[in-house]
Amino acid sequence: MGLLDKEFSDGNIVIAKTEDLFNWARLSSLWQLSFGLACCAIEMMATSASHYDFDRFGVMPRPTPRQADVIIISGTVTLKMATRIKRLYEQMPDPKYIISMGSCANCGGPYWEHGYHVLKGVDRIIPVDVYVPGCPPRPEALLEGLLKLQEKIKNESLRTKTA
Amino acid sequence: MKKAEEIFELIKSSFPGVTVELSADMPTEPIISVDPLKVHEICKFLRDNEDCKFDSLMNLSGVDDANGEKIKDEDDSEIIKGGTLSVYYHLHSMSLNHKITLRASAPRENPEVESVDNVWKAADWHEREAYDMCGIKFLNHYDLRRILMPYDWEDGSYPLRKDYKNPEFYNGMKVPY
Repeated sequence: MGLLDKEFSDGNIVIAKTEDLFNWARLSSLWQLSFGLACCAIEMMATSASHYDFDRFGVMPRPTPRQADVIIISGTVTLKMATRIKRLYEQMPDPKYIISMGSCANCGGPYWEHGYHVLKGVDRIIPVDVYVPGCPPRPEALLEGLLKLQEKIKNESLRTKTA
Repeated sequence: MKKAEEIFELIKSSFPGVTVELSADMPTEPIISVDPLKVHEICKFLRDNEDCKFDSLMNLSGVDDANGEKIKDEDDSEIIKGGTLSVYYHLHSMSLNHKITLRASAPRENPEVESVDNVWKAADWHEREAYDMCGIKFLNHYDLRRILMPYDWEDGSYPLRKDYKNPEFYNGMKVPY
């Protein structure tokens, strides 16, 4: 993070740029909206559980959009659900991030042609930061996606939100 | 325990003047075709009759027979005129351990079939699904709304019809890939 680079010798004062400090705080405790859609949600839950332990990256499920930082779109987005997802996203406070997990959320997946009820990619309604491919992605892939998001947040500037 | 042929004879003798047909040479089980506007009466009879006792509706499904005339629309897509839409009822008697399949075929242009939701409670959501997917109108159903598709989905647009065309947009969201 570069946060401890300029530590004073007596150890009581740390100098950092506000940007770095904020970014570090944000990326270290990304609370995800406790929300899942389909089979990808099972993998997401596995990622949260003890074996893969999402919490070691500061990710924990928060069952209200008002206190969530990141929403993981884990599964098929039906047209009926799409309106609700948009609403959940709008209820989240800024800064907010979106991980699109799995082929369905990325582009419609196996429903791309005949899925009369499926939104072909959640990026048609909300801006996605990280796409995690897979059907469903393994927990390792989701962790990789989260690390990519953290990388993105690390390089954010206060003036412009890039992630 | 009764065979489909015996149950067919029983229905035929109990409902004189009602068209009932038996298709026995099926690869699966024999199917009894009944009048879609007499379904309620017949089902109630099948449930209550001592020799039938069909106490369980295992499944109810809507089917697009697509047996009408296929014609080209203005935009060169195929639509079907005429023919029928069918509802299949799979009944089972737990006490007598016999099964039967009923079919009610209604004209595609006005697919009205009597509801059996007050004969078997299980029919309620099955009928709503058949309505949602195939557009079969169940008469006297107390709550015939869409069940899977959004409530504001376009009227007259039923996804499992063989000549279904997906809309370009739904609520401002593009639907095709």
